[in-house]
Amino acid sequence: MTNCPTLIVTVGLPARGKTYISKKLTRYLNWIGVPTREFNVGQYRRDFVKIYKSFEFFRPDNEEGLRIRRQCASAALNDVRQYLTSGGQVAVFDATNTTRERRDTILQFAEQNGFKVFFVESVCEDPDVIQENIVQVKLGSPDYTNCNSDDAVEDFMKRIKCYENSYETLDEVLDRELSYIKIFDVGQRYLVNRVLDHIQSRIVYYLMNIHITPRSIYLCRHGESELNVKGRIGGDSGLTPRGKEFAKKLSYFIQTQGISDLKVWTSQMKRTIQTAEALNVPYEQWKVLNEIDAGVCEELMYEEIQENYPLEFALRDQDKYRYRYPKGESYEDLVQRLEPVIMELERQENVLVICHQAVMRCLLAYFLDKTAEELPYLKCPLHTVLKLTPVAYGCKVESICLNVEAVDTHREKPENVDVWRLSEEALLTVPAHQ
Amino acid sequence: MPRELTQNRIQKIWVPTKDGKPAARRGAGAPHFANPPTVIVMVGLPARGKTYISKKLTRYLNWIGMPTKVFNVGEYRREAVKNYSSYDFFKPDNESAFKIRQQCALAALRDVKSYLKDEKGQVAVFDATNTTRERRDLILKFGNENGFKIFFIESVCDDPNVIASNIMEVKVSCPDYKDCNKTDAMLDFHRRIECYKSSYQPLDPDGYDRELSFIRIIDVGRQFLVNRVQDHIQSKIVYYLMNIHVQPRTIYLCRHGESTDNVQGKLGGDSGLSTRGRQFSMALSQFVKEQELKNLKVWTSQLCRTIQTAEHLGIPYEQWKALNEIDAGVCEDMTYDEVKEKYPEEFSLRDEDKYYYRYPAGESYQDLVQRVEPVIMELERQENVLVICHQAVMRCLLAYFLDKSADEMPYLKCPLHTVLKLTPVAYGCKVESISLNVEAVNTHRDRPEEVKRVPGILQRRNSVTPLTSPESNIKKPRIDDLDEAPIQELPPSVASLALCSPSHLPLTLAGQHWLGKVCLCTILHYLKVVTLLFCQRS
Repeated sequence: MTNCPTLIVTVGLPARGKTYISKKLTRYLNWIGVPTREFNVGQYRRDFVKIYKSFEFFRPDNEEGLRIRRQCASAALNDVRQYLTSGGQVAVFDATNTTRERRDTILQFAEQNGFKVFFVESVCEDPDVIQENIVQVKLGSPDYTNCNSDDAVEDFMKRIKCYENSYETLDEVLDRELSYIKIFDVGQRYLVNRVLDHIQSRIVYYLMNIHITPRSIYLCRHGESELNVKGRIGGDSGLTPRGKEFAKKLSYFIQTQGISDLKVWTSQMKRTIQTAEALNVPYEQWKVLNEIDAGVCEELMYEEIQENYPLEFALRDQDKYRYRYPKGESYEDLVQRLEPVIMELERQENVLVICHQAVMRCLLAYFLDKTAEELPYLKCPLHTVLKLTPVAYGCKVESICLNVEAVDTHREKPENVDVWRLSEEALLTVPAHQ
Repeated sequence: MPRELTQNRIQKIWVPTKDGKPAARRGAGAPHFANPPTVIVMVGLPARGKTYISKKLTRYLNWIGMPTKVFNVGEYRREAVKNYSSYDFFKPDNESAFKIRQQCALAALRDVKSYLKDEKGQVAVFDATNTTRERRDLILKFGNENGFKIFFIESVCDDPNVIASNIMEVKVSCPDYKDCNKTDAMLDFHRRIECYKSSYQPLDPDGYDRELSFIRIIDVGRQFLVNRVQDHIQSKIVYYLMNIHVQPRTIYLCRHGESTDNVQGKLGGDSGLSTRGRQFSMALSQFVKEQELKNLKVWTSQLCRTIQTAEHLGIPYEQWKALNEIDAGVCEDMTYDEVKEKYPEEFSLRDEDKYYYRYPAGESYQDLVQRVEPVIMELERQENVLVICHQAVMRCLLAYFLDKSADEMPYLKCPLHTVLKLTPVAYGCKVESISLNVEAVNTHRDRPEEVKRVPGILQRRNSVTPLTSPESNIKKPRIDDLDEAPIQELPPSVASLALCSPSHLPLTLAGQHWLGKVCLCTILHYLKVVTLLFCQRS
């Protein structure tokens, strides 16, 4: 997808959401398979200047402060170079970068190393938004551990003031040759200049779809299905009586949550639709939410897979994320298939997604920033709802079990993944079934 | 009590039943697009690409299943004022002309309303200069009164080379200048532009137009200003507009070389090339060299036969899983005869509605379009590309470039060993079909003659139903008639009269005036109908 590595550079006064954007963007890019890492210069500063005293450090006339900050920026850029020349594809350089001088330094650095540069500037003058940002993420920062809230807010406001005088926003004329997106007022308006390639285009599209309105995302699987109890994977079976019981309980649960305007999404497989039907609310079917296609292994038990395709079974255990079932799919394929769902989830507010085990693992990995190695082993049991609420820089997860018995479908990675292993070793971790 | 489910036979979609019959889905009676319809309003001086954008965007939206239509006010004006004399018509002080132009805009808006309210349209593109606040306020009021969302697309460009090039490409040959030579046409058009300049009030994001939803495109895509995107479709429109470009380039579409499965008449599968397939690949390599393109990207699917074909080219290529052939589900690896024998009902269902029909545990063309959309988006971003794919996939891609409907798509002719060369030109796409003269089996099945159409196929969100961009319906607003009831409509659009499969039509320039599309048998059919009606009456 990308040839030259890309350096994303944030620009903006403190408390404008730069770190929020950096982290979120990094999470998204990694999830879609683009190795990305963020480099937060503030973090370097904290590591260097062990104890933060006050906003005075950031005063424009504080020579010592300026020297240290410049050093930290250099150290971060060095690490960026190291990362992008050893497998990294995108680096997010998260700092204020509010002066043209600083940005020119970065541009020079990028040119020397053959990196493309893309700026992401966040501009916001809404005092409520800034206040909220400070409360959400600054008060809890290591800088203010020994401060009370009011003092912290006051100090932070003064810190912002230190930057204001020297702030040179990206200019339509002076910076006309640069590639950038300018985000105004948390997404009300965007100015996009000279998007150079596919990855920049995707980044712009992503940034234009995210929002910060509070909301909750509920993820769950369909109720227990006929094939579940038989220990068979895939297929398109209906719910067992326990599955139907879960659907009823899900309906009560949703009602008690008292959510305004809940969107409900299902796959196009019978078991998720049956579950949604019990809710008595409109729902939307997405084919891309269908369970992973197990190809030749559809509707087989793990025991049967081991018997008929022992090599395939072992290969899957060796690299469950990349392994593609013959004539089927891999988790890696799933992620690509699910990307439009993630994009639409970002646009939406309150949503309940009724899906399947592998699909839910992929979605969860996106929200909780799990790696490709962890993803296929995330625990997504039947009859349990995961409630995700965005908070600060990440996502709070609550696991709500609806207390309806169900078979366990989670298979841990066995110890022996060698192709010559014995059947018993391969089947050691298969959950019980009929 | 949760309702029982039944799977509908063509699309294999689970729907709730009532007394054993599919019931209306809760809260989803109408197609999901029961969201307020959207009016896209173009803004900009003449020769800024408004019509180009209108048509391209409409083609894209229809292909992804969003019923969309363009309403070009210039066409209404050409109907009302039969002979264009000169740029004087557009002078700001020409009162009578001004009145005519106003009435044309109103007539077009009336048709917009009718399309969105009565004809199941979802998006209307109002293509005119709309350069004054007064005009735009009128449209906003219209939108408000009718519950339509309004999204503006402003194109701003002051590069004289771009403007001159636009004028040469599409203005000089337009009906207004049919009796003019190129130089005179160019001069007149420049004067026409001047007429608009003094009254041009660009969108003002910091002041007057702060609350509006719009995108401003600056210098053909160098820069974009996006304000207040309200919903999913506006977000997709913005993404699309930000990915298209006007650099000249060529797209080559072809299938893999003949495969061993092809020779045996088998569907799907993942077999390798036959001897003739390898010959084709070598011929393709030669062909590509002769085209002398700089920077050709080559894309294949992840199935063996396309990759083997690409390997012969000796240049780097990229594999896309999204380009894999349509999944025939339980019918994979069977011949059509075997399918007919083992699954006779499925076989006939597919012929009933080949676009919506989903193979059991497989895919439909409708699914394919959704799957292939990212490929289209990336094709728009790219320049010279050769896509080596498969029959059904190629039909989907071709339908996008040539603006073919869901109905026509599954029957487009995409024979083996033939390259289609697509070059953007004016408002559409030029197609050249180049056979590389290597024999191959024919894998095309024509639409069977005696097939009953199944009514009432479900419309669904994320269900893509490409429609051909509807032909302009120009209701011929005679100045005096404008306040009366709409004039009797033209005969049903040509698209629905085309009984012959597109294969009988020579590959034409898409986007030509509708008369150019009518093939002989269609004219004959129409004459037959008219004669019949006439005979009935007498």
